Amino acid sequence: MDLNLSTDQRSFLSTTTQFVEKTMSLADVRALADAHGTFDKAWWAEGAELGWTAFLVPEESGGGSVSGEGLLDLAMVAEQLGKTVSPAPLLPTNTVIAGLVNSTSGPDHSAELEALVAGESTGAWAVYEPGQQFNPSAPTTFARRSGEGYVLDGAKDRVEAAELTDLFLVTAMTDEGLTQFLVPSGTAGVSVIGSSSLDVVRHFGEVAFDGVELPASAVLGTAGQAAADIERQWQVALVLQTAETVGVLNKVFEFTVQWAFDRYTFGRPLASYQALKHRFADNKTWIEASAAISLAAARAVQSNSPDAPKLVSAAKSYVGSKAPEIVQDCIQMHGGIGVTWEHDLHMYLRRVTVNRALFGTPEEHRRRIAELLIAERESA
Amino acid sequence: MTASVVSEDLDTYRLRAREWLAANMPKQQVVEELVAEGDDDEQWLRARELQAILFKGGFAGICYPREYGGQGLAPEYQKVFTEESAGYEMPILLNVPTLSICAPVILDMGSEEQKLEYLPKVLSGEIVLVQFLSEPSGGSDLAGLITRAERDGDVFMLNGAKTWSTSAYAADYGLCLARTDSTVPKHRGLTMFLLKTDLPGITMRRITQVNGSTEFCEEFFDDVVVPASQVVGEVNNGWAVASRQLFWERTAVGGGSPYVSGSGNRNAAEGELDLIGVAEETGQLADVRVLELIGESYAMHEVQDNLIARVTAAITADQLPGPAASIIRLFHAETDQRDDDIGLAIAGGAAVTGKVGVRGPGEMGTRYLMRQGASLGGGSTEMSRNIISERVLGMPREYAADRDVPFNQVKRSR
Repeated sequence: MDLNLSTDQRSFLSTTTQFVEKTMSLADVRALADAHGTFDKAWWAEGAELGWTAFLVPEESGGGSVSGEGLLDLAMVAEQLGKTVSPAPLLPTNTVIAGLVNSTSGPDHSAELEALVAGESTGAWAVYEPGQQFNPSAPTTFARRSGEGYVLDGAKDRVEAAELTDLFLVTAMTDEGLTQFLVPSGTAGVSVIGSSSLDVVRHFGEVAFDGVELPASAVLGTAGQAAADIERQWQVALVLQTAETVGVLNKVFEFTVQWAFDRYTFGRPLASYQALKHRFADNKTWIEASAAISLAAARAVQSNSPDAPKLVSAAKSYVGSKAPEIVQDCIQMHGGIGVTWEHDLHMYLRRVTVNRALFGTPEEHRRRIAELLIAERESA
Repeated sequence: MTASVVSEDLDTYRLRAREWLAANMPKQQVVEELVAEGDDDEQWLRARELQAILFKGGFAGICYPREYGGQGLAPEYQKVFTEESAGYEMPILLNVPTLSICAPVILDMGSEEQKLEYLPKVLSGEIVLVQFLSEPSGGSDLAGLITRAERDGDVFMLNGAKTWSTSAYAADYGLCLARTDSTVPKHRGLTMFLLKTDLPGITMRRITQVNGSTEFCEEFFDDVVVPASQVVGEVNNGWAVASRQLFWERTAVGGGSPYVSGSGNRNAAEGELDLIGVAEETGQLADVRVLELIGESYAMHEVQDNLIARVTAAITADQLPGPAASIIRLFHAETDQRDDDIGLAIAGGAAVTGKVGVRGPGEMGTRYLMRQGASLGGGSTEMSRNIISERVLGMPREYAADRDVPFNQVKRSR
């Protein structure tokens, strides 16, 4: 998070924090976990009312931001929600919104956008395919032309909150090339089944498309021209994901430092042992580094900087790989209690591990950076 | 740093800097041979000349106050000028320690006479400064130093030895911390002197490092007579001056100093790392493992740049305490080490045999020999970790057997 928030941002953040404390505190999240539950849609609609779905949307389309830089405001929410391991579908819904807003050509989708902004519906990007790593530009899910419209066949998995999603944004191949479709979950031929999830409250699912008939108006943007929207969606997803992870890190570090002051062995606090102090110093350094690169990526995506692809990949590869290491070390600092179900640490470890894995692993993002650098060098 | 009235916005300043650089500064030459920069007296003469050109053109000491020969501008201007100066030959030898460590100490802690006397000469390239801090008796426990200065009327008599002074042989003055009272606990009996390096009784010797560099020196002081007017700050309050010096050192080593003339590593042997070039030369551009290492290095540097900006801004705005500068210092060491490891991994056999020590894959082996340099120079990373845990996180201080003990009763190395 930016250390220099404006008065408006602070006031907004405090409203969000109060709302979360009242309605979805860590205790609430733990209760949900015990009941194998996740968010409910009425709660999400309240979050939407606070602005959680509005920041990427221009004012003329019913949106608006706090600071004028909507993605930075949204990253701030993601960071805050990370502190309580929230199940909120902030990332999937806003990723779909980012695609809708980015796409300026093609059929009108203002009704879908309006419903998402109002919190009446939730969205999710159906992009991963079974048996494949993250590879949005080569889907096997295919939509063939049929009369004026398309017939969609294929399967997607690792779709966040799939069972509660109203609107899927499906990345598919057509004869025209890479194309995205907006597919309401109730459409005939769409079936959703839940998957297991390492995260206790963030659920995922598989979505099958079996001869799904879609009108031409289901296309987002222009058929065959989806690459730019996909890149944008990916960047927004990564910004929200790394911001959330930074929120987790700050929270976990805060209570682990406190633990080091409170816990005594051999008559002295853990915080007095140099062997541990040095690890706290490392972790503090890495958390500040994570916050710095996460914010830099958010700014680059917000301003459509040409460096945005490299910066989001730098952020994802750094934060994605460092965060689980930091949380594991905090578990070590806690001792045996750190690996019990009873302690909150595993909730956080689950979240950062899931975030490490999705939308490209750190290893994949390092490769992407190298490929971008080599391409730049060749074109120079 | 005082931000004076700015008559020019950043964009206008950038354009003016660009035009001026093109008209006045020579273009940087590509050096194929790996010369350890700073080992050669001619390079120092060149650096002084380049600094003089900057001074004449009004681009020296961009963030130094105008009354001491600087430009009195905010750090953004310095950053813009540094960006524009890429590709030009700049006096980067003067950055550390002269411009970014020693001169800021004179600015912060010196008397008005000292500031007026020395700062304009520093900014015009006329004098070069060095630090006389570490001693052969120990590095991390700086306040435990044993070089002594005994007062005799208007002068002090200096005896002892210093080491790890960067390019002292090229310097005109050194900031020398010495013990002036050994009957009080260690921090309270120190005094900082601005010592002329060619005084009678000073003997200098160069230290050869494992990569062949001889940029560091050690000095021996035998009955050196130092005028009392060369005391920086108060007598026996030298620790306050040294603390400021260490602050600027951490800031400079981490890359956050607003006082530099251009950017770049002072040592050609530690030049820009071209990992893609190394991968290409060794036929590994299609190797997934190598691509991951290249991407990792790039990401680390992006993280480092943004971390420096974040922590520097936070310290300025009091959102983080001053000692948080150690975060930058620690991360710098980590980035540097990781680069050396990655370079060695990608270069493979070409790092250790064939064209060893020549720019390209053969550079990676010699770089690797100095891998620990970044975590030793400017205070070891163990000290940084102590500082971060104690003074940023507020954890208990390490036990010290010399705390509150008169220095002449403290046990020393055998």
